[in-house]
Amino acid sequence: MALTLLRGMRTPVSSGSNPGLFFAVLRPRLSRFTARAESAQATEPKAAPPPRSIQLATKEAAEQKTQGFEAVIGIETHVQLSTVTKAFCSCPYSYGAQPNSTVCPTCMGHPGTLPVLNEKVVECAVKLGLALNCEISMTSKFDRKQYFYPDLPKGYQISQFDIPIAKKGHVDLDLPVEFGGGHRKFGITRVHMEEDAGKLLHSESSSYSQVDLNRAGVPLLEIVSEPDMRTGIEAAEYGAELQRIVRYLGVSNGNMQEGSLRCDVNVSIRPVGQSEFGTKVEIKNMNSFSAINRAIDYEISRQILLHKEGQADQIVQETRLWDESSQKTFTMRKKEGLADYRYFPEPDLPEVVLTSDYINEISKSMPELPEAKRRRYENMGLSMQDVLFLANDDNIGHFYDSTLEHGADAKLAANWIMGDIAAYLKDEKVSIDEIKLTPLELSELIASIKNGTISGKIGKEILAELIAKGGTVKGVIEEKDLVQIADPAAIEAMVDKVIADNPKQLEQYRAGKTKLQGFFAGQVMKASKGKANPVLLNKILGEKLNAN
Amino acid sequence: MPPPLQAHRLLISHRRLPSPARRRFTAASSLQSAPATTLAPGPATSSILSIRESLLSGERTAADITSEYLSRLRRTEPSLRSFIHVADAAAEREAEELDRRIASGEKDAVGPLAGVLVGVKDNLCTANMPSTGGSRILDGYRPAYDATAVRRLQEAGAIVVGKTNLDEFGMGSTTEGSAFQVTTNPWDDSRVPGGSSGGSASAVSARQCVVSLGSDTGGSVRQPASFCGVVGLKPTYGRVSRFGLMAYASSLDVVGCFGSSVFDTATILSVVAGHDKMDSTSSSQVVPDYASELVSLDLLESKPLAGLRIGIIQETLGEGVANGVISSIKGAASHLEQLGSVVEEVSLPSFSLGLPAYYILASSEASSNLSRYDGIRYGRQFSADDLNELYGESRANGLGHEVKMRILMGTYALSAGYYDAYYKRAQQVRTLVKESFKDALERYDILISPAAPSAAYKIGEKINDPLAMYAGDILTVNVNLAGLPALVVPCGFVEGGPAGLPVGLQLIGSPFCEGNLLRVGHIFEQTLQNLSFVPPLLAES
Repeated sequence: MALTLLRGMRTPVSSGSNPGLFFAVLRPRLSRFTARAESAQATEPKAAPPPRSIQLATKEAAEQKTQGFEAVIGIETHVQLSTVTKAFCSCPYSYGAQPNSTVCPTCMGHPGTLPVLNEKVVECAVKLGLALNCEISMTSKFDRKQYFYPDLPKGYQISQFDIPIAKKGHVDLDLPVEFGGGHRKFGITRVHMEEDAGKLLHSESSSYSQVDLNRAGVPLLEIVSEPDMRTGIEAAEYGAELQRIVRYLGVSNGNMQEGSLRCDVNVSIRPVGQSEFGTKVEIKNMNSFSAINRAIDYEISRQILLHKEGQADQIVQETRLWDESSQKTFTMRKKEGLADYRYFPEPDLPEVVLTSDYINEISKSMPELPEAKRRRYENMGLSMQDVLFLANDDNIGHFYDSTLEHGADAKLAANWIMGDIAAYLKDEKVSIDEIKLTPLELSELIASIKNGTISGKIGKEILAELIAKGGTVKGVIEEKDLVQIADPAAIEAMVDKVIADNPKQLEQYRAGKTKLQGFFAGQVMKASKGKANPVLLNKILGEKLNAN
Repeated sequence: MPPPLQAHRLLISHRRLPSPARRRFTAASSLQSAPATTLAPGPATSSILSIRESLLSGERTAADITSEYLSRLRRTEPSLRSFIHVADAAAEREAEELDRRIASGEKDAVGPLAGVLVGVKDNLCTANMPSTGGSRILDGYRPAYDATAVRRLQEAGAIVVGKTNLDEFGMGSTTEGSAFQVTTNPWDDSRVPGGSSGGSASAVSARQCVVSLGSDTGGSVRQPASFCGVVGLKPTYGRVSRFGLMAYASSLDVVGCFGSSVFDTATILSVVAGHDKMDSTSSSQVVPDYASELVSLDLLESKPLAGLRIGIIQETLGEGVANGVISSIKGAASHLEQLGSVVEEVSLPSFSLGLPAYYILASSEASSNLSRYDGIRYGRQFSADDLNELYGESRANGLGHEVKMRILMGTYALSAGYYDAYYKRAQQVRTLVKESFKDALERYDILISPAAPSAAYKIGEKINDPLAMYAGDILTVNVNLAGLPALVVPCGFVEGGPAGLPVGLQLIGSPFCEGNLLRVGHIFEQTLQNLSFVPPLLAES
């Protein structure tokens, strides 16, 4: 189909005189809130400091910091669905494609075009609604949300207004152990379907802008939380849990850098004990959960400071942007009253009517979700640290479960995955499904150590081999002749030879320098190419050294 | 003598009513001054059948037929201005190509609409021709695709001869609201053809093309059909795909058709109707072959409409409707009685509420549908220093005043704080209107009324009085609110112009009962005595 080329917009952005139009050029300098980051670092809680970079507030720390105030945080999350085609036309979407290469008359808003709903979008919405414990609306509808912006081809966004497809749910999560841990349940107000807008590309000279409509019409689910969160880490973990859920469900890649998962956060504070909400401020532009955490804690401090300084009236309803480089939030635009989107029912689309059979089918096809997995691991006796590590990543969870299915011991398998395997994944920046080691071989490895065929040390070597090159435990053991030497006579012979070869050290040992046993053990292990059973070795070596 | 206008082949027996219905209509007195046309008097005949017959028998070539229509078009267009764009060269090429295929004996060369010249309202997208919607803001715009209705016509062999004039984006009742030109009425060039599909009605009336497509949001097919003396059909909402129709009010818009006979109109509907996966509001109800259900007169009994219950809508025959129109409709009603039906007056109490509800809903939807005309991606863009100015200038200069007024009204009606009082209330009225039509259509098979309160009026007469123009829609908008099908058939004349001015009878049916309307309309048309709806313009040659 012939495509109309998009024209560059001749819209000079005169620096400073045109705020609110192109936020990229807006960076008002506010210098008064520079003290915060340090103070947050200084109030680090708990004996064991977290090893990660998200090191800010635990609940206790936040309370200490907030000096009689309580923050109220609600989050609107947009999840871009990884459907093959867009929400209302049959264009594909792939992130990073050549601008305006995945567009058609419909998603460009050409005259006479009509939306046709992609049924996969409904399926994803129902899946997510069920995963978030929501009530699913058997009948919902689409509405038009109207505003003008060059990235919005039709001049309205097809969304859902008063009857969302899912509502009144909740999400359960466990805070990381290093942040004090604890279970949380946050309310979900609603989940609704809508379409994404395109993107504006600004010229370097800022004298014109161009529109890329590849993203226009890509399906989104908007998830609105109840204002149930109180700290940055709670909000960040809420976002992380949503990411896990959409990945578990396979409805989105949940990638924040690509904008497949975007969180807009509303933050207000109020004196502890007060039930009315304070004036809320919306924060955008955070592209990691760590940034969400830091942005919120910064914003809470900023608002508390204004209260303390008697300038609470300076807290106004506005949208602020998180600036990663300065670690601060800045005003993007002040809202002058409520925007009027003139919602009305979308006349081009029939109502979305679901049957209970349809919902039951989807319900039956749902995978185990993160919360269920965590509870299962917890019941297996794993520590919360282990539970979170294994359940946080869907692929790792699958790998772990599969290893257990081959009969591996739960705790040992967890240790191997969280230890050597995790280290490898981190160093090589790969995911667990990209390594050559299979769950079957990991279970074999664990069994081989347990039954004494190989030592734990050899086990580590074999593991490294299997991760990098693949193969089987048996194969590597045979190929490298790594079977543990557990024959006392053979070990004794090696011990004798080492003692005989090192008369000087023997003399020193017998003179009282017993630390040298380690030296001898090392020499024997070396001679055995690491295969000697270490327990047997030390027993025989001790007897020989001390034999007089 | 242009053969398509005198063809009586397959409908040759449709000459006169079998027995007692020889009577004069009350309105027929004006017939004394009616067309002194050289065209054959008598009932309307199917031009499509005649063309098909000629092509199949080899009597005429598609090129001959096309050149006949094109020469008439060229002769009449300077005074009518029905077309915004005429694709004469392309039409000639297509006709020659068709002749070549017929000559080489290609199977299926003669599709159901082979060689039929079609006019397409310019708010329907055509990939090979500009499509402006009658708006300056789309001046020079060429769509990337064909509207489904247009594509289906072409696939059936029709030749699109051009894009017809309209009130900008379908908003208006006179075609004076076009950004490009004013179309005149073939019956009197000082009068409007009606609107918004005025170009399509005028073109068929003057036989510039065989049939045409229009769109009907509040009467835009039916009122110009009445003004121009042609058959106009507004199908059930969802019967014809809206894909490719520039949206005015999405919940009311329907693609409709014009023909010089009921048979032609039925033939076109069969081709364009049906589900389209590109329009989620299109119905998957089976499409009958409407034309094949039309029975020629000699096969009819003497009372062909016996058993048919017809309700004549009381509220449409009172104040505000011209006396001449009322007597034409009453004459048509007694004609229908003579054909065997029972005609009774029926009251639709919510009838008068329809007009204000219509203008609120249509304007609300229009304010949203027309947001896409922003000058960013296509159409006219005015350079500006900032974004708001770019939007403001492009829309202020690109859109006409009637369109801007409706956008403002609709924006107001949807605004926070007004939504409940206007949009929501209008939707409630719509429900009432729907219900009252449903009730009436349970008691009657068909409802009848005039299609417009008057015959065609003078150009400029209502241009500065939008309320008077809106009031003219009172007889048609309810049908759109209820989503029902309605057929307008010429039924008489009133005084005016050089040869009288035509009046149309509106027949309203239950959803998806177009077949019934066409059947009754066809019998009505074929049994009309002494009336010929060929405009005087054509006699001048």
